[in-house]
Amino acid sequence: MKPFAFERARNVDHALSLAAAAPGARFLAGGTNLLDLMKLEIEQPETLIDVGRLPLADISETAGGGLRIGALATNTVVASDPRVRSRYPVLARAILSGASVQLRNKASMGGNLMQRTRCAYFMDPAKPCNKRLPGSGCSAMGGLSQATALFGASEFCVAVSASDMSVALAVLDAEVETVRADGSVRRRPVETLHRLPGDAPQVDTDLAPDELILAVELPPPPSGGQVWRKVRARASYIGALASIAVAGDRVALGAVAARPWRARAAEAALAEGAAPREAAEAELVSASGEDGRKTLVRRLATDAIQESRKGSRS
Amino acid sequence: MRTEIRVNGVDHAVDVDTRTSLLDFLREQLDLKGSKKGCDHGQCGACTVLVNGVRINACLSLAVMHDGDEVTTIEGLASGEALHPLQQAFLTEDAFQCGYCTPGQICSAVGLMAEIAAGQPSEATADLNAKVVLTDAEIRERMSGNLCRCSAYPQILAAVRRAAGAAA
Amino acid sequence: MSTVRDWAAPNPITENRSGLIGKPVDRYEGRLKVTGTAPYAFEVETPSAPLYGHIVSATIARGRIAGIDLSQAASAPGVVLVWSHLNVPVQAQRGAKLNPRSQRGSNPALGSDRVEHYGQSVAFILADTPENARAAEARIRITYEASDADLDFGSFIDSAGPVPGEEDARIGDFEAGYSASAVTVDATWFSPLQNHAQMEPCATTAWWEGDKVVVHTSIQMVKGGQHALAETLGIPSDRVRLLTRYIGGGFGGKGQSYDDLTLAALAARESGRPVRVAYTRRQMFQATVHRPAVQMRVRLGADGTGRLNAMALEAVTHCARNSTFVEHAAEFARNLYAAPHRLTGHRLVRLDIPHAGAMRAPGEAPGMLSLECAMDELADRLGMDPIALRIRNEPEVDPDNAKPFSIRQLVRCMQEGAQQFGWDRRNPTPGAVRDGRWYVGMGMATAIRGNFLLPAKAGLRLTGDGLATLTQGMTDIGTGTYTILAQITGETLGLPLDQVRVELGDSDMPPAPGSGGQFGAATAGSAAFETGMVMRRRLAELATSDPRSPLYGEDPLLMDFANGNIVLGNRSESLATLASRAGPEGVYVEGSISPAADARDWSQHTYGAQFAEVGVDSVTGEVRLRRMFGVFAAGRILNAKLAKSQITGGMIWGVGAALTESNAVDPRYGSFLHQDLGGYLAPVHADIVNLDAVLLDEADDKANPMGIKGVGELGICGSGAAIANAVYNACGVRLRDYPLTPDKVLAALEAKGL
Repeated sequence: MKPFAFERARNVDHALSLAAAAPGARFLAGGTNLLDLMKLEIEQPETLIDVGRLPLADISETAGGGLRIGALATNTVVASDPRVRSRYPVLARAILSGASVQLRNKASMGGNLMQRTRCAYFMDPAKPCNKRLPGSGCSAMGGLSQATALFGASEFCVAVSASDMSVALAVLDAEVETVRADGSVRRRPVETLHRLPGDAPQVDTDLAPDELILAVELPPPPSGGQVWRKVRARASYIGALASIAVAGDRVALGAVAARPWRARAAEAALAEGAAPREAAEAELVSASGEDGRKTLVRRLATDAIQESRKGSRS
Repeated sequence: MRTEIRVNGVDHAVDVDTRTSLLDFLREQLDLKGSKKGCDHGQCGACTVLVNGVRINACLSLAVMHDGDEVTTIEGLASGEALHPLQQAFLTEDAFQCGYCTPGQICSAVGLMAEIAAGQPSEATADLNAKVVLTDAEIRERMSGNLCRCSAYPQILAAVRRAAGAAA
Repeated sequence: MSTVRDWAAPNPITENRSGLIGKPVDRYEGRLKVTGTAPYAFEVETPSAPLYGHIVSATIARGRIAGIDLSQAASAPGVVLVWSHLNVPVQAQRGAKLNPRSQRGSNPALGSDRVEHYGQSVAFILADTPENARAAEARIRITYEASDADLDFGSFIDSAGPVPGEEDARIGDFEAGYSASAVTVDATWFSPLQNHAQMEPCATTAWWEGDKVVVHTSIQMVKGGQHALAETLGIPSDRVRLLTRYIGGGFGGKGQSYDDLTLAALAARESGRPVRVAYTRRQMFQATVHRPAVQMRVRLGADGTGRLNAMALEAVTHCARNSTFVEHAAEFARNLYAAPHRLTGHRLVRLDIPHAGAMRAPGEAPGMLSLECAMDELADRLGMDPIALRIRNEPEVDPDNAKPFSIRQLVRCMQEGAQQFGWDRRNPTPGAVRDGRWYVGMGMATAIRGNFLLPAKAGLRLTGDGLATLTQGMTDIGTGTYTILAQITGETLGLPLDQVRVELGDSDMPPAPGSGGQFGAATAGSAAFETGMVMRRRLAELATSDPRSPLYGEDPLLMDFANGNIVLGNRSESLATLASRAGPEGVYVEGSISPAADARDWSQHTYGAQFAEVGVDSVTGEVRLRRMFGVFAAGRILNAKLAKSQITGGMIWGVGAALTESNAVDPRYGSFLHQDLGGYLAPVHADIVNLDAVLLDEADDKANPMGIKGVGELGICGSGAAIANAVYNACGVRLRDYPLTPDKVLAALEAKGL
C-alpha cells in the first residue's frame, strides 16, 4: 500500500473542507472495497478522509411515505430494519445475498454504491485494463472471464457492476442525495449514478471528487410483488452471474452492465401487455455478448416476472 | 497516527502506521496472532474479530479507523482456563482440522449468536417479517463468510448448534 | 525384513484393552487451536524482533529479466535489503546435492535471469515492517524479454507425448474386446486445473544460531524441506533445524518447500535478524503447485447382462517443462472392476506454467470423475441399476495383477450405503422428480484409493513423572497425527491419555516421511506402535533384572502393561517408578517400521460408496447439494471422530470438484484466471447440506501391525462423480466438462428443450 495521510472527519463540513483542500483524497466509510483495492495498489489515494463516525447512519420515514437511509447505515442495519423488510423486501433480499455477514456489517450504504467492478482483469494490476489504467487496453475482451456486460459496454470496457444492492435500489426508483464542499445538495436517481464506460471507463460515477453521499431515499414502494433473484456459482459469498430485481411493473438486472440496469424495454413491453418472456426478449434486443449469458437473463427475467405477478414479496 | 483502542479488555494508546490493517496491528504489534491471515482481501474470513460486538474482517480495516473501539479476538473469549462455550463446542464436535480458519470461525459464530438475538435476518430467512429462528440453513448461510478448506462444515454446524442449544 | 505374517499375532492395539483405539477423543492440540494459541510458522516467537520479507513475482510466462533496477526500492523507508538474481547471495545450482543421500536437491531462489513461469520469484525485499516491505515493490523497475511459451493445454492435447519410463497397461486385447461388446460407452471427460487453496499461505520464520539456521516453515515433509534448504545453502543438513509443528492445511501443496524458506534463511543470515516471509494469496495460486487439468477418454464394452468385456481409460495431462510429475488419473481403474480386456495409460503435455504437483488423492480425484460416470452411463444404457452393474463386475482378485485382496468390502459399502441413503427411492428416469423450480436427482459412485506403508522411525521417552513423550519428525496438517499417536502410545503402554505427550515436526527428531498419499497414520502410527513395543520390552527387562522391583527375576516376556503399571499377576510396579530408577532422563527408546517384504503380494486399497442428492434449478442451471452420504472401509479406525472428519472433508472436496472449483491459464499471459479466493471457488458452508459418512468395521492384517489404513484421501474419490450422476438423474443432462457450473448446465438444458 502506498503511504497516505489519514484524516478523521469531525462532521460533514469538516469532511467536505478536507476533500476540497486535498485533491486526490478519498472518503473512507467501511473500507471493505477501497482498502482491498489499495492493498493491490489499484487505488492510490494520497489522503483518506474517514467519514465513518459522521452521524449519517439513521433510517427515517420521509414525508412522502418513503424511507431515507443514511449513507453510513451498514448493509446489515439496512437489511435488518423492519420497515425495509416489510415494505422493501427486494432491497433486504438483495443486500443479504451479497458478500458475507462480516463484510455487510462493515460495508455502508454509500460505500456499496461506490464499490468498483470485480472484473478479474481489473483486479490484477499486471494486466491491461482501461478502467484501471486508461489506454492500456481491455483484457476482458477475448479473455477467459465470463462476467462481461450484456448492456452498455463500449469498445474500451466490458466490466459489470458488482453491487447487488444497487439493483434493488434502481428498481425501487431510489435517489442518492449528495453534498459538495460549496454546500450544494444534489439528488439523482441511483440508476444514473453510475456511468456507462464509453471512452472513459476509469470514471465509475458522475460524482465530483468532493461530493459526499448523504443518504439514499426510497419513494413509497410500488404496488405488486417484489422479487429478488441472484444466480451464482456457489451457494453464498460470491458475486452474481446475473441478478434481477422486480418491483411491481419495474424490472432491473444486475451483473449485466456497468450500472444497475433498469430494463426499460422489458417494462415498456409489460406495460403494453406482453407476456413475461416477450418482455425479457424485448430487453435482450439491445444486448451484446455471449449467447449463454443472454439465455440466462431471458430465463431468469421470465421466471422472476412471473413470480412477481403472483404478488410474491420475497 | 495516534490511536486508542481497547483489545480484549486492555487499553492501548499507540502510534500506528496509517497503512497498518487492524489484522496486522493485532498480530504484529499486540502479538495477538490468533486472528489469521488467509487471504488479506476479505475473501476467507480467517481474520474475523468482533469490533464493539460485531464481527468484521480485520484484514479490510485499518487500525487507525478503530480509535475508541473495543475489539475482541479469539484470545479474549475464554475466561481463564474455562473455554467459551463455542470454543468448547468446536473442540467437542471436532469442528476443525488444520485449525487455521478456526479462530475466525469461532469469532464469527460468536457474532452470529448476537445477530440472531438481535433478530437480524439472513438470506436463508424464509419470512423476513417473522422472528428469526436458528435453523441449520441459517447457520450454514451465516457461517459462509468463513472458508474452511479442510471442510469441517458438518462439524462446524454441529458445534454452533450445540453451543446455541446450550445457550437457549 | 518382516513379513505380513509377523503382524498377524495379537498385539496391544488389536487387543485394545483400555479401549483407546477407535475412541472418539478430542484433538490432542485442539485446545491450542480453539484458543488461537497454536503458533503457525509465521507466528513463532523469535529470539529478537523480526524483519519482514516480501517476494516480488514475475509478470511474464517465459523469458528473461532484461533489466532490473532495485535502487529506488533499496532507499525506500524501512527497507533493509533488496535482492534480484544479480545480488542474491550464492546458492547451489538447482538440483545439486552435496550429500548424495539428500531427499531433495538445491532449490535456489532468484537463481538466474530466466523466467520459467508467471509468478516466479524475481526479487525480494526485506524491511522493518510488513507495510514497508510491500510498499517498496512498486519502486522496483523490471524489464523483461519474453520468449514464446506453451500455455494452452487444450491446443496440445492431440500432440501429447508418452510419459517417460511408463507404458500403457494392457491386458487381453482391448480393441477386439470392445468391438465385440453388445453395449458400449465411449466418452471423454475433462477435469480442470485446480488449486489447493490451503487456508494458511506458505510461510517461514528463520534465524541463525551461530552457523546453524533454525527455520519454522509450513511444510508436510520435514526431511525433504531440511535437505532442500541445506543443499541450497550448500551446508550439511545437520546445520539446518527445520520445525513445522502446526500447518494450516497442506493437501499435497506443501509437500515441498518454496522460496519463502530459502529467502527467509538467506535474509536472516545476511541481516543477522530473525526474518518472517509469507506468500501472498496471489502467490499461493501462482507460485506453488496445482493439480493439472486432465482429459480422460473412457470406453466400456459390456454384454447384455452388464458384464464388462473391455474397459479403457486414457488420460492426457500436463506438467511443467522440466518436471516429472504425472497426474496418474487412469491408474485406479486398473484395480476397480473386472473385465478381461483392459487398457489404461497416460499422455503428457509440457507447459510453461507453474509446476503441477500432488493434490489430495492425486490420480483418483480427477480420474474417478470419468470412469464412475461412464459406469452410470453404461447402467443407463443397459437399463440396470448402477449398483447392480458394479456388483456384477466385482472382481474375485485384483484384475490388474491377479493378486488376492487383503480385504475388499466395496460391495458392502454400496449395499449399506444404498440402504441408509434410501437409494430405493431413486426414480431411475431422469427428470422425473420435481420440487418446485428444482429438478431433483440421486447419484452414486464408488471410491477406491491405494494404501501405503513407508519406512519411519519414532522416539519415546518415559520419565519419572510417569509421562510418555513420543517424538517424531512427522507432521500434522490437520489430519489428526498428534491425536492418533497419543492414542497408539497410550494403548501400547497401558497409559491413560493424559500421561502421553506427542511432539512432532522437528528435523532433530527420528524421521518419518510426513503427510501425504494418505500414508501418514499407517506409517507414523506403525512406527509409534513399534517404538512402544520396544519400550515395553525395555521396561520389562529393567523391571525383571532389578532386585528393587517386585517383578525381579520374572520372565520379561510375561509382563503386561495396564493403568500406568507393568503387571504380572497380582504384582505390579508403576512405570513412573521404573523410569525414575533408570535415571534423571528416564528411559528413551527408538523404534521403526518398514514395509513387510511380502506386503505387495496382496492388493491393498481403501474403498467406499458415495451417494448424493442434488437439485438443479430448472430456470438457471444452478446445482445445489441437497444431501450426501458415504460408506467407507479403511481398516481399523484409530479415532472415530477424527477419521470421520477426514472422510467428510474429502467428500466436500469432491463437491467442489464437481460443482465449483476450476482454474485456467490465460494463454495471452500465462497467468491463472483466478488468483484469489473470490475467483477460485472452494465450497462455502452453505454449499454443504446434510452430508454424513459411516466407516465400516474393518481390520486389514496385511497393511501393518495395527491393521489400519489411510482415510485422508478416500473421501474425495468418487464424490464428484456421484454428484454428476445425480445431476443426470435430476434433469437428464450428461455434462462431462467439470465443474458443472450454471452456464454449462443451462446450455445443456436449453439444448434439450428444457
